[in-house]
Formats: sequence, structure tokens, C-alpha cells
Amino acid sequence: MRKATSNVLHSVTQRHWPLKIRTAKYSTPPLSKDTYKIKRGNFASLTDKDINVFEGIVGKTRMLTDVSDVEAYNVDWLHSVRGSSQCVLKPKTTEEVSAILKHCNERRLAVCPQGGNTGLAGGSNPVFDEVVISTSLMNKIISFDSLSGVLTCQAGCVLEQLESYLLEQGFLMPLDLGAKGSCQIGGNVSTNAGGLRLVRYGSLHGTVLGIEAVLANGEVINCLNKMKKDNTGYHLKHLFIGSEGTLGLVTQVAIHCPVSPKSLNVAFLGLDSYEKVLEALKSSKKDLGEILSSCELMDRTSIQAVEENLKLRVPIKDCPFYMLIETSGSNSDHDEEKLSQFLENALEKNIIVDGIQASEPSRIKQLFEVRERMAEALLLDGFLYTYDVSLKPQDFYSIVPTTREHLKNVPGVMRVTGFGHFGDGNIHLNITSKEYSKEIMNNIEPFVYEWTSKFGGSVSAEHGIGLKKTGAVHFCKPPQAIQLMHQIKNVMDPNGIMNPYKVLPAINSA
Amino acid sequence: MARVLVGVKRVIDYAVKIRVKPDKSGVVTEGVKHSMNPFDEIAVEEAVKMKEKKLAAEVVAVSCGPSQAQETLRTALAMGADRAIHVEVSGAEYETLQPIHVSKILAKLAQDEKADIVILGKQAIDDDSNQTAQMVAGVLDWPQATYASKVEKKDGELHVTREIDGGLENIKVKLPAVLSADLRLNEPRYATLPNIMKAKKKPLKKVTAKDLGVDLAPRIQIISVEEPPVRQAGSIVGDVDTLVSKLKESGHV
Repeated sequence: MRKATSNVLHSVTQRHWPLKIRTAKYSTPPLSKDTYKIKRGNFASLTDKDINVFEGIVGKTRMLTDVSDVEAYNVDWLHSVRGSSQCVLKPKTTEEVSAILKHCNERRLAVCPQGGNTGLAGGSNPVFDEVVISTSLMNKIISFDSLSGVLTCQAGCVLEQLESYLLEQGFLMPLDLGAKGSCQIGGNVSTNAGGLRLVRYGSLHGTVLGIEAVLANGEVINCLNKMKKDNTGYHLKHLFIGSEGTLGLVTQVAIHCPVSPKSLNVAFLGLDSYEKVLEALKSSKKDLGEILSSCELMDRTSIQAVEENLKLRVPIKDCPFYMLIETSGSNSDHDEEKLSQFLENALEKNIIVDGIQASEPSRIKQLFEVRERMAEALLLDGFLYTYDVSLKPQDFYSIVPTTREHLKNVPGVMRVTGFGHFGDGNIHLNITSKEYSKEIMNNIEPFVYEWTSKFGGSVSAEHGIGLKKTGAVHFCKPPQAIQLMHQIKNVMDPNGIMNPYKVLPAINSA
Repeated sequence: MARVLVGVKRVIDYAVKIRVKPDKSGVVTEGVKHSMNPFDEIAVEEAVKMKEKKLAAEVVAVSCGPSQAQETLRTALAMGADRAIHVEVSGAEYETLQPIHVSKILAKLAQDEKADIVILGKQAIDDDSNQTAQMVAGVLDWPQATYASKVEKKDGELHVTREIDGGLENIKVKLPAVLSADLRLNEPRYATLPNIMKAKKKPLKKVTAKDLGVDLAPRIQIISVEEPPVRQAGSIVGDVDTLVSKLKESGHV
């Protein structure tokens, strides 16, 4: 039975995020140092001698120095940031990472760790000539314990590969995101990625049990605990989760994986007002309780982008709001009955006006595609300004009409849309224009941050701070906290070589 | 106005990876997600469209199979069929049920229900037989228009565009007739929740093959079902010269 069912799930999770989307369409973005007016830190510059040292560590074949080879690492997939690194290193082992960092630290060469390069905040691309350390070849699964469900692997394992590996054993990764086909677990952990399953399995701070990381000076910090409970000393792993490679480079991860559900059901619903959306959220939590595994909200404008730019078909009638609800459990009859009951009630009480329910893998895949390819669809408009904020459910959507109103007289704005992980209070606010416009940008920031902060939300819910949002940290954290962050950074990376210009606001503005 | 009979088959969902039973007697169906044969969805959509265009008065969906076939019929009803007929075929008999049996069943029902048009999917994605529509036409001695990618009603006749090798063929058939739906005929709608609710109240009649006077005795015996051969692993060669010499060696160039 399990084999057959894991089959079902297997096919469901083969959802692809075509990251290499027609990149030729986009022009080369301006250098980040100009866009964000950044001054190069007091770092050394790469010399032939350094290249020789690196060659000694990783060999000729795992080092890129050709301008065109390095370009792909200098630019993010959104084509919004660009650095000018001249060297990419692809270590395979922790020892190699350690040797690279040791040398860079001694020479005061800045480094920029990079995983799948799917970040949305510019955190994994160099700003100046930082040496890029790509974890792509650190892709070994080290062990999996089917009793405890603990998976230990290297940082460069691609999320989807881990997912497929686990499904064979009847387990599941506790996180799932649109970029799964390219993103790497080390990057996921370093940015504390959230994604579609967070509502059910919690954040990586809970599911990651242990981490091995290399500090700036090359020292290996082995905190690769595999126990669910471990209260010995300070919980150092948390420093590496979400610090975006500014405190060290994550090389191995031990993560607790849940048993894969035997039954999966999805409902795609249409609702005619935000009040109804709130009611649906309430009753889904009440009626679906323990089997609810995803609760996503999309507005009409987002759906239009998917219909127009990707020609995907949305199977229900036009509504101002759409919700995607996923349940996963151990008994399909039980789950289907619960979901049907919930849907029948919602229809009877006019909470939803239209909807479909699917348990067939082919249908589930089609429905999820609409949600997962939303960012890609919006990017096809030309340029995408994306904001990732957390808000209380009652304020959740207001940011979209508020921003739309704020931008109504700004020329060039194409769409202002909102979609996101409603169950977690995390909305992705998106603005698109044909090409990058400074005027639009100046009208969005700091407006969006101020508004979010006023309503007690977070200006970066799951995408991280990266390069783009360092100026926004103070909207969410008091000066004392930022001060302490700087002190921690100084202890762990006294020369400041690890992913400079990222996460922490420049010291004078703190 | 015409009455349309449309056949729907419950098959393993196309997104599921098929596994052969260890004893090679067939494929694993237990615990595997099923859905309506995609070509049958197209057939239902076409029938429902005919009704919406007032070309048909009633759409009757038929499925042959064990009790789960009713799920598929409910989907057809939710898509817009008016009523459904479940021809009950038990699990053991179902394993050897062939297009010849199904076509006799459908032909009998088409006569009993006084259908003017029978629309079927061009083939089912599980056995890929592509025989049923043709045989139904044969049993009834009706004209057939298979692989339809466009259907129009003009002067009491159906003008049908057929997808054939290397192009399209335009034919016209007199009613009553049998059609088989090809991929590009339409884009089938989803069964939405409000329609699923409504479909629960639509009539679903159960009959047996015996009631229809059709003998289900197997005409074939399954000897063995095999998985396709596993693709051989490739190898990486160092340079173009090695590649060329390897290709020459294996006779590809």
C-alpha cells in the first residue's frame, strides 16, 4: 500500500519551477553597488597568487574565472542585482570550504556563499568582487534514519532531490517551495526559507536539528546534533539559520522529516470579498484542524498575470479572491470526508462562491501550478518589485489596495498584486512595470515598510534581508538588537569577509 | 433535438507512475488514484457543449466497471451530463473486459435510450485499444467520425474535422452517428463544487451486462504484463574525438 501511495505523492511533488526562464528577454541589470550606492569594504583584491592557492584546494575544474562563466553567479534570477566577482569556487567537502575560508580570511578577501541562486533579496550574489563559494557540488546525502526521520546531508543538495529521495522511503521534506527544482538546502537553511508547508510543519528553526558550518577563519563548527531534544549550552545552530551566510557557511544539515502523508487533497476556491476569506480561514482551521497542510491566498490580479503571461487556465469563475487549501493525512476516506464537509458548509453559508476539489495527482499538479508559477508570471511583465511581509490576518490584504492607491498616479506601474501563505500571515506584495523605474521604487520604499511596521508586521517574512532590505531592518528591530547583531558578527567574523553588505544595516545607520 | 450518449472510463490517473504486479498478471490498481480517461473528458465536454448550444436535448453518461465507476459518472454529471448509467462489471470480469464487450453494451444502450449521437474518447489511456468507437458503429451499423477535432451541426448532418496523418479531413455524417474525440476537440471544464453538489441529485441507474444481453466471457487471456526496459545509464566522454570514435564503434555514424 505504501508503495502505491508514495507513488501518488511522488508525482505530485514533481512540480517544476522553470528557473531558467527565457533569460535572454531581460537586459543586464545595473551593478548593485550603483543601485544601492554601496562603498566597497576594506578588502584585498584577488591576485594570481590567490588563484593558485584556490587551484591547489579545488583544482582547475572546480574553479571558474572566465567572465562569461562567472556572470551567471553575479546576477540573481530576478535579474535585479549584479556583482562583479571574478572567481567562483565549487568545493565538494567541508575541508575544502575550510581551506578556502582560511585563506580568504588571512588575505582579507571577501566571500559570497551561493546555493541555488534562487533568492529574492539579493543575498547570494556578490556586490563587488567577492569570491563566490558555490555549494552546488556539495550534494551528497550522508544518512537517513527511517526510525527517527532524521536526514543528514551536505548543503548543496537540491530540495527536490531530497524530496524524491525521502519519498522512496515514505518520508517528506518539512519544507516545500516553488524554487524546489533549483534551491539548495544550505541556502534554504541560511535564509530560513518558509514556503508552502510551514503552516503544518513549522519553521526551519524547529525542524533543523543540527548544523555544521565553517566560520570565516576556516574553523569548522560541528553542531550536527541529530537528537530532537538537546539543551546543551547556547543553541548555536540558530545563529546560522536565517543569517544568510554572514556568520559562517553552512556545510551540512541534519533535518527532521515527517512521514509522508498517505492522502493528499486540494481545494481551489473562489471568494467574493476579504471578509469571506477571513471566514474561510477560520472555518478551515476549525474543520480541517490537524490535516490542514497549506492555506494560500491569491487575488484576482495575480491570477490574471498567470492567465495572461503563462496561458494557464484557472478552472473556476472570476472572483476577487482565490484560496488554495491542501490537506494531508493518513487516511484518505477520513480526509476527503472532512474536506467535503468543510466545502459543503462553506458553500451553504455562501462563504465560497465557486471551487473545485481534487485528489487526483494530475489535478493537484495543475492547481498548484497556478500558485507556484505566480512569481514567474509576474516577472514576465518585465520588472518585478517584490515584498514579503507578515501581517495579522485582519490586516493581511489591506496592504495591496493601500499600495495600489499610493501608486495610482505613478507612471509605468502595471500590476499591484498580492498572494501568499495566508495560513502563516505571510503576504507577497508585488508591483510590476515594463522596466525598472527609480520613480516607482522611490514610491514603494519606504512606504511599504512604514505601513507594515505601523501595523506590527514584519518587513521580511521569509525571503530574508539580503542586500535589498538592509535599510529596512530598523523598521522591525530596535537599535539595541541591531547593536547586538553587530557584536555577534564581530565575534564570529572579525574581518567581516563573510557575505559583506548583506543583512546588517551599515553601522552608522544602526 | 438529439440525445447524446457519452462513454466514460475510470483509469489510473495519468500523473501516477504505473507499477506492474509482482506476478505480472497486470498493473497495481489498489490504492492508486484514478480519474476519468482524459479523452472521455473531452467527449463529455463536447456533449455538454452540444446541449448548451441547444443541439442536444439530453446527455447520458455511461461507464462499465466495478462500483468505483460511479465516481467517474458523478464527475461526468458534475460536468453537465443529465443522467448516468452504471453498467456493473465485477472486478474479476473487469480484468478481461475488452472493447468488443464494451461496444456491444454501448450499442445496446444507444438503442434502448434512443440516442442519436454516441461520443467516446478516441482511446483509453490505460489499454490504448482505440477500438470501441469503431466497433460501436459497426454493431449499430451507424456512420462513424473518429478522431474528431471539430464538430458542427448543419442541416441535420454533422460536419466533422478529423485529425489524420499529416493533416485534417473534413467529412459529414448523417445521424445517428458515432464520434470519437481527439485531443484538440475542446478543453474540458473542471467539475466545480457547486456542480458536484447538484450532480449528487442527478439520477444514476444501475444495470448489468446480463440485463443488456451482453456476454462478458473473455476472448483473450493475459499471459504476461511487463515493465518497459530500464534505460541504460549513459557515460561521459572526455572530448569530441572520443565521442565520434565511440559513435562510430557502435554504428551510429
